[in-house]
Amino acid sequence: MIDLVGYGAFFLTIALSYAIIALGLNVQWGQTGLFNVGVAGFVAIGAYVSGLLTTPDATGRIGGFGLPILVGWLAAILAGALLAYAVGWLTIRLRADYLAITTFGFAVTVQLAALNLESLTGGPFGMSFIPRPFASAAGDPVRFGLLNLGLVALVLLVAYFVVEHLTASPWGRVLRAIREDEPAAVSLGKSAARFRLQAFAVGGALMALGGAVQAHFIGFIAPDNYLPLLTFQVWTMLIVGGSGNNRGAIAGSVVVWALWAVSASVIGQVMPAGEQARGASLQIVLIGVALCVILLLRPRGLIGERRTVSRHVAGARRGERSGTMVATGRETPTP
Amino acid sequence: MQMARSGWREVERAVSGTPATSPQSNGSDRPSGGVSGRSAHGQAPVALEVRDAGIAFGGVKAVDAMSLRVATGEVIGLIGPNGAGKTTMFNLIAGTLQPDSGAISIGGARVERETAARRTSRGLARTFQIPRPFAGMTVLENMLTAVQGQAGESLLGNLLAPGRVRREERAAIERAHELLDFLQLSRLAGEEARVLSGGQRKLLELGRALMAKPRIVLLDEPAAGVNPALLDFIIDRIAAINAEGITILLIEHNIEMIARLCTRVVVMAAGRWLAEGRPEAVTADPRVVEAYLGGAPA
Repeated sequence: MIDLVGYGAFFLTIALSYAIIALGLNVQWGQTGLFNVGVAGFVAIGAYVSGLLTTPDATGRIGGFGLPILVGWLAAILAGALLAYAVGWLTIRLRADYLAITTFGFAVTVQLAALNLESLTGGPFGMSFIPRPFASAAGDPVRFGLLNLGLVALVLLVAYFVVEHLTASPWGRVLRAIREDEPAAVSLGKSAARFRLQAFAVGGALMALGGAVQAHFIGFIAPDNYLPLLTFQVWTMLIVGGSGNNRGAIAGSVVVWALWAVSASVIGQVMPAGEQARGASLQIVLIGVALCVILLLRPRGLIGERRTVSRHVAGARRGERSGTMVATGRETPTP
Repeated sequence: MQMARSGWREVERAVSGTPATSPQSNGSDRPSGGVSGRSAHGQAPVALEVRDAGIAFGGVKAVDAMSLRVATGEVIGLIGPNGAGKTTMFNLIAGTLQPDSGAISIGGARVERETAARRTSRGLARTFQIPRPFAGMTVLENMLTAVQGQAGESLLGNLLAPGRVRREERAAIERAHELLDFLQLSRLAGEEARVLSGGQRKLLELGRALMAKPRIVLLDEPAAGVNPALLDFIIDRIAAINAEGITILLIEHNIEMIARLCTRVVVMAAGRWLAEGRPEAVTADPRVVEAYLGGAPA
């Protein structure tokens, strides 16, 4: 029973950290229609920035600086936002497939940089001794797991409320309009480039935060953690959960991570020892099949997009106004 | 949509014929208009002016040294055969395209290098020939998207001034409902725009343009594909909008709409200014008839 609780806490902590990343992708793709295929790059940036700032001084590489975990997380958010803004500034005029190719290239570049900049990232040996929250409780795996789960859940909750506050507003409505028909949105006076950049930066910040949270929970990061597979996983989470819905992004993260974890366990049990590595590929196939099934049965995901964007509209009641001209909205001139 | 021969005759029957203003008749190759920001049509200041605007796509000059001037409060028709460059003119005026040459002014301010968003903030709004509603959004939120300068459209505004965001949004919702009443779309306010008929989409586009509280509205074929009853309603609404002082530039092939709404018509053919004058006069111009029925002049 204790093992089960411990494992459940571990499972949910990882799933919820993915949910933070999926929230970021939801801002970019679900709300704005920005086809970012470089999610892994932004996650890696968050993990390495936070790791670099918070690890103890290490021989053979720059830093660490031994700063508190909170500083590392805030720096990860800032780095993710700034880098996303910079990448976005260079690529924001690109549409769909071109943006996808560019962001994919960005993610590969980040991963290769992490692999080769050994003096900064630890190179292929990775970055270890990343401080873990509640490390003093590590002797009690269940307590340690639950405390970490609580912390990650709190971070996710804050991220969710901030993102929900932003997206269920006139700002989110403009993002949706740009996603639906950018030229029409521009014709209504909306600067598509500005809104797209903002959405890209907010999404990048969340992805970096998710990466930092994961890094501190595991305590070790290496370039192999940030392969394109990670991007595929997060995309699947969002599509399965419901693109355009923040709750859907969270639900999809838990469901897909559960599928991933269960399939790993089953493959571990079923496949002979010599075939384990090959069997692991079946996980990816399984996730792909799950994605197809969801798209066929529930094209809008587990929790579909809400019809109304702004929370103000949902609760609005009509009042009485008079004395204005309909078309111009100006006050009726008094005779 | 090719303007039907019978359509022109209909106008000719409906209104008395006077000679169309033309380069020959006004002694100039430029459209009529005043100087120093005042219109030749009364004392109203110039709301919109295009001077010698041109744009080419590859080797094709879609708009070539085109000029027009619209006085505040006017309803001007921009007509011409298919491919004349009318919608390209709208795109140049609205900022969707930037001209290769020439000048565009809104309220006296040069805007030809400004973005479409900036021009909207100057009081310019437009509709499209083929309506472009945000299909997955409700009719009400389609309307709200057009509101200008809301604090809630800024990241910081949302986080730091939630009270102001709420107040502005409430006011915008009220205005949107008023306009939906005005356009008889109220019962569809909560429906996704994808369910609207073609005519309802035209009305929604008009409503969305009005939500921006514009001073000038560019209407691109508001009557295209609508039934006669709705046509009457749309004409009535456009007249009501104009009565509130909004200047209107209208692309339309429907002769009835042009005749009932427009004080003046500018004719384009092959990207160029061809003629200008009162609707009934323009219809009598042989060059206009030739452009419509016998192919545009080179």
